Amino acid sequence: MQKTPDEQYYKMLHELQAVDFVLVELNLYLDTHPQDVQAIQQYNQFAQARAQMAAQFEAAYGPLLHFGHSYSQAPWQWIEEPWPWQV
Amino acid sequence: MWIYEKKLQYPVRVSKCDPRMAKYLIEQYGGADGELAAALRYLNQRYTIPGKVIGLLNDIGTEELAHLEMIATMVYKLTKDATVEQLKEAGLGDHYVDHDRALFYHNAAGVPWTAAYIQAKGDPIADLYEDIAAEEKARATYQWLIDMTDDVDLQDGLKFLREREIVHSLRFREAVEILKAEREAQKIF
Repeated sequence: MQKTPDEQYYKMLHELQAVDFVLVELNLYLDTHPQDVQAIQQYNQFAQARAQMAAQFEAAYGPLLHFGHSYSQAPWQWIEEPWPWQV
Repeated sequence: MWIYEKKLQYPVRVSKCDPRMAKYLIEQYGGADGELAAALRYLNQRYTIPGKVIGLLNDIGTEELAHLEMIATMVYKLTKDATVEQLKEAGLGDHYVDHDRALFYHNAAGVPWTAAYIQAKGDPIADLYEDIAAEEKARATYQWLIDMTDDVDLQDGLKFLREREIVHSLRFREAVEILKAEREAQKIF
């Protein structure tokens, strides 16, 4: 069972959102600057850190992704609230 | 294929129930320069835009869907605890009789979203110039919305969205330069 949102939930979620923001920014930048090797390196570094943070978040609060991109415990965790607009 | 991620791109918080502000915010949900129009415009244009900038339209279009969800979250949070009387006072009586507290794709004045808001010209420069204009119009709308509220929590989310319009506009301007350079390169020989 996943835990209901507590202080830790918001902290972990916020940290994930912060790293994901860096990744979105780097992604769009690279879409128009595909030769920038340093930015690609940074993108790959953050992608790796992101995977770890997402795994920790999911272990505590359930799957972030559907369609086979996250694992589930029983009962099926995907449909458990809260949805993003409920927190 | 899209995968849904069960989180918002940026936290959305509101400090009070404010159906009047929700009525204004719906402009960015189902209005001409709103997030739905933006997402559908870019994700549709990407099929016929030159290969070098398909990725950009694909990715900005996808980010717009995340912004649509943020606007929806703001509207939902601002109205979920409102009484019918409060909705009426906020000018949402017309909305209530048709939709209760459900969201709907219309603008602040209640005009339903239409594909006539967007264009796909098949001419890459024409399409990208429309995209730049769309981002600038959305940026202006976010500024007017920020000016309409004293809720600093709501302002925080709106300021994030305003800044994203600026970044998208910049990236689209770069895309224009990429295509111009490509066109110049083809003229040699």
